[in-house]
Amino acid sequence: MRPLTEDETKIFFEKLSKYIGENIKLLLDRPDGNFCFRFQKDRIFYVREDIMKRATSVDPKHLLSIGTCFGKFTKTKRIRLHITALDYLAPYAKFKVWLKPNAEQQFLYGHHVMKAGLGRITENTPQYQGVVVYNMNDLPLGFGVAAKSTDLCRSCDPMAIVVFHQADIGEYIRSEEMLI
Amino acid sequence: MADLVENILREEAEKESKYKTIVVQKDVDIEIDDGNLLAYDPNPIDVELFRSNRNEYLSNLARDNTQLLFNKLWTLPVEKVENIVLAKLPNPSTQFPREKRLPKPKPETKWEKYAKVKGIQNKKKDKLVWDEQHKEFRPRWGYGRANDDTKDWLIEIKSNADPDEDPFAKRTNAKKERTAKNELQRLRNIARSRYGKVPGVGLTPVDKPNKDQLNKALVLAKKSTASLGKFTEKLPKEKATREKGKRRKFEPCVGDMKKEKDKQLHILHTLSQAPPVNVAKAAQQFMSQEEDNATFSKEGGRKKRGDKAGRRSKAGGRPPKKNKGFQNRGKGGKGGKGK
Repeated sequence: MRPLTEDETKIFFEKLSKYIGENIKLLLDRPDGNFCFRFQKDRIFYVREDIMKRATSVDPKHLLSIGTCFGKFTKTKRIRLHITALDYLAPYAKFKVWLKPNAEQQFLYGHHVMKAGLGRITENTPQYQGVVVYNMNDLPLGFGVAAKSTDLCRSCDPMAIVVFHQADIGEYIRSEEMLI
Repeated sequence: MADLVENILREEAEKESKYKTIVVQKDVDIEIDDGNLLAYDPNPIDVELFRSNRNEYLSNLARDNTQLLFNKLWTLPVEKVENIVLAKLPNPSTQFPREKRLPKPKPETKWEKYAKVKGIQNKKKDKLVWDEQHKEFRPRWGYGRANDDTKDWLIEIKSNADPDEDPFAKRTNAKKERTAKNELQRLRNIARSRYGKVPGVGLTPVDKPNKDQLNKALVLAKKSTASLGKFTEKLPKEKATREKGKRRKFEPCVGDMKKEKDKQLHILHTLSQAPPVNVAKAAQQFMSQEEDNATFSKEGGRKKRGDKAGRRSKAGGRPPKKNKGFQNRGKGGKGGKGK
C-alpha cells in the first residue's frame, strides 16, 4: 500500500474529472474526516485515514481491500473505474442520464443504452462525456460515456446507441469475483 | 500682343503653383533627427481637412515636412567629392529597437556548470608563452605551439621502462586520446544542451583500470547478452554481483497527510487550469461538419428535381453503420474487462 505517484494521480484525476469535474476537490477536502487515495496491487482505494493507518499492520501481500475501490490500473497504465466508485460519482456527477423503466434491465445486464430507453438527459451534454446513469426514481444504476451529444440525441433514430455502458450495479452479481 | 502677355502671365502663375515655397510655417516646430534623416511632426491633424480630402491633405503634409527636413539638411556642413555635394550627417539621436531578437545565452558546458557551483574562476593566461628551445614567444596551444613534447627528437627514459615500448608513439597516442576525449565531451555537451539528459558512456578505456572500473566492466560484460545475462556462466567461486539498477521510490504510506493532500489539490488545480483541447480532433470535427454541409447543399439541389426518397434512404443508412462500429468496440472492451 502506498500513495499514488504524481503521474498516477494525474491519470486518475483526469479519468475521474470526466464524471465529476472539479468536484474531486470535495473528495479530497472533506469536513467529516481525512480521506486519502491509496494504491494497492494496481487498485486505487479511497479510504479514511485512521482505517488506512490500521491497515498498515497487514502484510501488503495479504491485504485484499480497504475502504472503497475506485478502479484499477491496466497494464498499459490506464484506469478502469469500477462500479464500486459509483457511491462517490453519483452525488457529484455533472452530467446525468435517466432511463425509462423498461430499459433499466437491459442496462443492468451490461448493454448500451439505446435512444428508445432514454428517459431524460442533462442539457448540453457533449459527445463522449462521462455520464452517470439513473433510473426514473433517481437511483444510480451505473455510469458510461455519452455516445451522442444532447442535440444529436434528439434527432437520431430509436435504435441508435446514446450511452456506452461502462459499469452497472448488475456487476455486483455478474462479476462478483472481480470486484473488491 | 495682349494674348502673349496673358499667356506669359498664366504660365508664370502655373509655375508658381507647381513649385511651392520652401518656407513652411508650422505652429509647433517639427522635431528633426538628421542623423537618421527622420522628422517627427507633433502638430495635431486638421480633422476637417483630413476628412474632406484625405489623400491630398496627407501628401501636402508630407511635402511640407520633407521640405523642412531638406531645409535642415542644407544647413549642415557640406563637402564636395568628385563634383558631388555631400552633407555630413551628425550621429543619430533617436534610438531604434534592434532588428533581431537578443541572442540566446550559450548553453553551459558541464565544466562551466560545475565551476559555477564551486566558484572556480578562469585565470586569464597569455596566448603566447616563451619557448625555451627556439628562444622566442610561441602560441600556448595549436599549430607550432611552444614546448611541444611530441616534437622532441630525444626522450629520456627511466631505467625500469619497457624496452619494447616506443616512447614517441606513446606520447602521440596519449595526445590523440586526450583530443578524442575532449571531442567526446564536446559532443556530449551539445547533446545535453539539446536533449537534456544524455546516457552515460559506460566504460572508457583506461591504461590501468582500478578495482571499481574492473568490477563495473565485468558486470556490464555479463549483462550484455541477448538474455541480459541470465545464462551467462559463472566462475566456480564467483560472488553474486549486486544489481545496480535504478530503483523506484514511493512516498511513505503514512507520511505527511497534509502535504499529500496539498500536492493532489495542486495537481487538480493544474488540470483544471488547462482544459485539454484536442486541436486535431476539433479541426477534424470542423472539417467533417463542412463536408456534411457541402453534401447537404448538393442534395438540396437534387431535391428540387424531386429525388426525395433517395435522400432519405441515404441519410437513414449512414448512422447505423457508424453505430455498428462503436458497438463492436464496446464489446471488445467488455471482453477485456472479463479477463
